[in-house]
Amino acid sequence: MKIKGRAWKFGDNINTDAIIPGRYLNTVDPDALARHCMEDVDHGFAAKVKPGDLIVGGKNFGCGSSREHAPIAIKAAGVSAVIAVSFARIFYRNSFNIGLPIFESPEASGGIAAGDEVEIDTEKGLIRNLTRREDYHITPIPPFMEELVKAGGLVEYVKKKLGTAD
Amino acid sequence: MGMTIVEKIAAAHAGRESVSPGDMIMASVDIALGNDITAPIAIKEFKAIGATNVFDRDRVVLVADHFTPNKDIQSAEQSKVLRDFAREQQLTHYYDVGRCGIEHALLPEKGLVLPGDLIIGADSHTCTYGALGAFATGVGSTDLAAAMATGEVWLRIPDSIKYVYRGKLRKWVGGKDLILYTIGKIGVDGARYKAMEFAGETIERLPMAGRITMCNMAIEAGGKCGIISPDGITLDYVRRRTDRQPRLYASDGDARYERTIEYDVADIEPQVALPSLPENARGVSELGEVSIDQVVIGSCTNGQIDDLRVAADILRGRRVHRNVRLIVIPATQAVYAEALREGLLEIFINAEGAVSTPTCGPCLGGHMGVLAAGERALATTNRNFVGRMGHQTSEVYLSGPAVAAASAVAGRICSPEEI
Repeated sequence: MKIKGRAWKFGDNINTDAIIPGRYLNTVDPDALARHCMEDVDHGFAAKVKPGDLIVGGKNFGCGSSREHAPIAIKAAGVSAVIAVSFARIFYRNSFNIGLPIFESPEASGGIAAGDEVEIDTEKGLIRNLTRREDYHITPIPPFMEELVKAGGLVEYVKKKLGTAD
Repeated sequence: MGMTIVEKIAAAHAGRESVSPGDMIMASVDIALGNDITAPIAIKEFKAIGATNVFDRDRVVLVADHFTPNKDIQSAEQSKVLRDFAREQQLTHYYDVGRCGIEHALLPEKGLVLPGDLIIGADSHTCTYGALGAFATGVGSTDLAAAMATGEVWLRIPDSIKYVYRGKLRKWVGGKDLILYTIGKIGVDGARYKAMEFAGETIERLPMAGRITMCNMAIEAGGKCGIISPDGITLDYVRRRTDRQPRLYASDGDARYERTIEYDVADIEPQVALPSLPENARGVSELGEVSIDQVVIGSCTNGQIDDLRVAADILRGRRVHRNVRLIVIPATQAVYAEALREGLLEIFINAEGAVSTPTCGPCLGGHMGVLAAGERALATTNRNFVGRMGHQTSEVYLSGPAVAAASAVAGRICSPEEI
């Protein structure tokens, strides 16, 4: 898989209240959620983000609530991937489950600046900063997570297991 | 090599002799839990999976607690999705307005949680049930859908960290202060992906309400779960609420921990977490002058009868400061009824506090006490991120019920000693 886009930079502990505030959890509509994505940390993000853009965070991205609305909002806003030093565990599993590509890379988080053009080559396990001509390594994911990605997310994985896949 | 209590519970639910940190398992769940904001997505995905019946209608628990009694039409539609599904699936444990409470206070109270259980919930504070010696962890809505369909969840075995507390608690210091102090020391990612095992003589003497508070906030340090080894206090609590037999596990003497951290509680004073991370904990005496607009006493963290008794002791014969709105939310109908019987609700009302039916409400900025721009609240809840309780410029401080009640009277954050 190749992902390419412009980077938006955020700090440490970007929590799920920042990603999608509690007041918007009375809907499951991805487009409605996308309109409020990152609202309490960057009010202009939802209006300005372009499909294909990437989010680059620091430590503990996605901490706080288990709300799946958080990765849903990010994905529906058109963000192609999230890169961070580390991820909170529920956000991590939610992202794999719903098919939002996320990549753990302290190097990338440190090296990428806001506005940089970034390309991700999952075959090679590399994040390329095209603006600064730097490459960063992606922390490898456990084999089971690879299976989930290959299956296309948890729903597809379970469908195959239960024999309810089309 | 011995195993920790969490490893033992996980192994038992994966049909394995033993497990080690890093192992991936498929675990059978004793309970799969959802609420009115997380279950609608789960139900949608359950149908997308192509499942017709839940794996076990006694083990899927749905609680309408977050935006209930419904705060607007959209929330009502979400609650209806739960209600319709519960009826269609004939769920034994569906709890609606008037019969429910905040899920993490309700499940233990109803005897649905046993030591040795493995529980997943589409709510991050599912880790609360570790207080009863269960391995309980928060997951997302799609995980809940998969568990409803298959009765299983994929889990990576966490490393365990042991937190040992020694000494006698000072007056007004309880489980909330211990956990705020701990998160203050280790940070909001200090236990990321770990099982937090709380132990030591202080914990052995801590009543169940305090244990619930501590395990509830394991997630605020990034923990996969919090857990306290079942003992006499656990068994006494459980036996009053169910005839079902618990499975009692304990960590082996040679269990391997990533590390062990020890705390002497004698010097711990009541704690307050400043905006905007739970790790900004300080002793209440270190705060200086912080005036407040609202105090919330309640939530899955501190909405038990014990918490209300502490608050009532301080508010008895006193009045809430004229600049402060006090909102008291018993965590379940049973807590509400007990508080009524004990005369606590009358104390709160006479003090000019507002008493609410059980709901998560203001904790996540939903309803029943949302904040305007620039307002400041002190709450016995569990999170104080930016915008958590209302406007982006509002602020939330966290504390236990004693400091919350005293501060409601004083109009500023203070220790009960000061009033």
